Amino acid sequence: MTTTDSPPDARPGPARAPARRRRRTGDTERGFSRVFRWVATGSGAFLLLVLAAVAVFLVARGLPALTASPDELSDRGGLPTGMDSLWDLVGPLVFGTLLAAAMALLLATPVAIGIALFISHYAPRRAASVIGYVIDLLAAIPSVVFGLWGGRTLAPVISDVWVWVAGVLDVLPFWTVEVTNTGRSLATASVVLAVMILPIITAVSREVFLQTPTLHEEAALALGATRWEMIRTAVLPFGRSGVISAAMLGLGRALGETMAVLMILSPGILYSFQIFDSGQQQTIAAFIASRFAEASGLAVNVLIATGLALFVITMVVNMAARAIVARRKEFSGAN
Amino acid sequence: MAQRIDVKDLNIYYGDFLAVEGVSMTIDPRSVTAFIGPSGCGKSTFLRTLNRMHEVIPGARVDGSVELEGVDLYGDDVDPVAVRRTVGMVFQRPNPFPTMSIRDNVLAGVKLNNKRISKSDADDLVESSLRGANLWNEVKDRLEKPGSGLSGGQQQRLCIARAIAVKPQVVLMDEPCSALDPISTLAIEDLIQELKKDYTIVIVTHNMQQAARVSDRTAFFNIAGTGKPGRLIEMNDTATIFSSPAEKATEDYVSGRFG
Repeated sequence: MTTTDSPPDARPGPARAPARRRRRTGDTERGFSRVFRWVATGSGAFLLLVLAAVAVFLVARGLPALTASPDELSDRGGLPTGMDSLWDLVGPLVFGTLLAAAMALLLATPVAIGIALFISHYAPRRAASVIGYVIDLLAAIPSVVFGLWGGRTLAPVISDVWVWVAGVLDVLPFWTVEVTNTGRSLATASVVLAVMILPIITAVSREVFLQTPTLHEEAALALGATRWEMIRTAVLPFGRSGVISAAMLGLGRALGETMAVLMILSPGILYSFQIFDSGQQQTIAAFIASRFAEASGLAVNVLIATGLALFVITMVVNMAARAIVARRKEFSGAN
Repeated sequence: MAQRIDVKDLNIYYGDFLAVEGVSMTIDPRSVTAFIGPSGCGKSTFLRTLNRMHEVIPGARVDGSVELEGVDLYGDDVDPVAVRRTVGMVFQRPNPFPTMSIRDNVLAGVKLNNKRISKSDADDLVESSLRGANLWNEVKDRLEKPGSGLSGGQQQRLCIARAIAVKPQVVLMDEPCSALDPISTLAIEDLIQELKKDYTIVIVTHNMQQAARVSDRTAFFNIAGTGKPGRLIEMNDTATIFSSPAEKATEDYVSGRFG
């Protein structure tokens, strides 16, 4: 017999043969579609299972730290001296994590949108592909290399910039700006984080901008829009939710980034806005990495509890992003 | 509010490919001119050269001249952006900006052209443009709703309102009814009759009955074969084109023998 996956034969032949063949093809397709459905459902379920397993692990192993008494925590929990509750540790860490990620996002997003617009709407085709390739290469650099570069090369150079910026900001009456000469501050770490999240935000934004319907671009141009006005009326509104998603992907990476922060930042566990000074803030991921090797007993539980906090933050950030995207669905162009 | 267009010996190229060859014609103000012809004969391409929208495609260029009341649109000191503010365009598929409300869609072009407009002026302009596009009564209670929520025919009239809100001299329409049902088509055709009191209208259509119904003059374009340039075969009063055309090809096309 013929193979079942061959297309229905166009040549005239015995009347019965094509009918039988068609039925067989239908059976196979139905079987294939059933298998595919189970594979797809299974993949989805597996994803949920992994997520649930991580959450269960974090809660189960973090719980001892959450329920331990202040004495136990300070005796065996590895809390820094002077702290007597878990929140004294987790609070500043959450603050430092959010501050570093927010600054990185603030630096990276405008640059990424600019690069994405340049690639999608301004650059000649050949230049665009070269630039896109270079940006993608940035994503291939391991974070430990970024850490080395940030700590060894960037920090000494950029500290001069921070001293100058701090001098300018010092004029503000309500803020006395401290600045370190080593450059090992949260500001430097944020710059490196920004470079690290630049590729993902750029790549996603570029794809979204390229998908702007030609119809909408032409509508704007036909009304007498310049190229920038066309981008403002057609491209940016269309890409808005995509850019938000891109920024959130970047934020997710910035929140969880470990090595670069660990190698650049001179940490401290304070609620502090002194972003140009050393020994002020620390991020959760870098804190866990710096302590995990030597931790034992309750100290491990303390670290896992801080990990739980990071998990919750990432979840909240993602949900917030989805809420922002969904809020103006009516105007999104999806209908 | 309406101007005359003179086209002389216009050749249109995509890169090295000659797409349309040797078009000369005069389009009278306050009239409707229809372009008909088989697919690929260059009538849409030619239409786009009347407001330099063909330049959106890389490598597209023309030689020859297109004059609007004696001013060459392709002169050295002419900005294509300025041309498009004078010569508006309505597209094949309705394309209101999906992220904007109905009101903002109408005002989109005006906000580009002279950034500041007072609230009351804007309200007046929205109303007059939507009335001009026969859409006001249908949308006056939902001006803040997105334009993409309207029916296809309403969206197309919204696009016409958006085009006339910037007070152009000429309105180009590229198969404006091809994505619409017969009722909406009729509404647009009625609207074209209204609009020609104030504007010069040029419409590309695949529908010969439509050309016969709405236009004062008709231009027939044809193409000799694949890879050959499109040409203007003949242009005359619509009644003449459809009853006693001078060229055999025109007669074959309008009588339905090909195309």
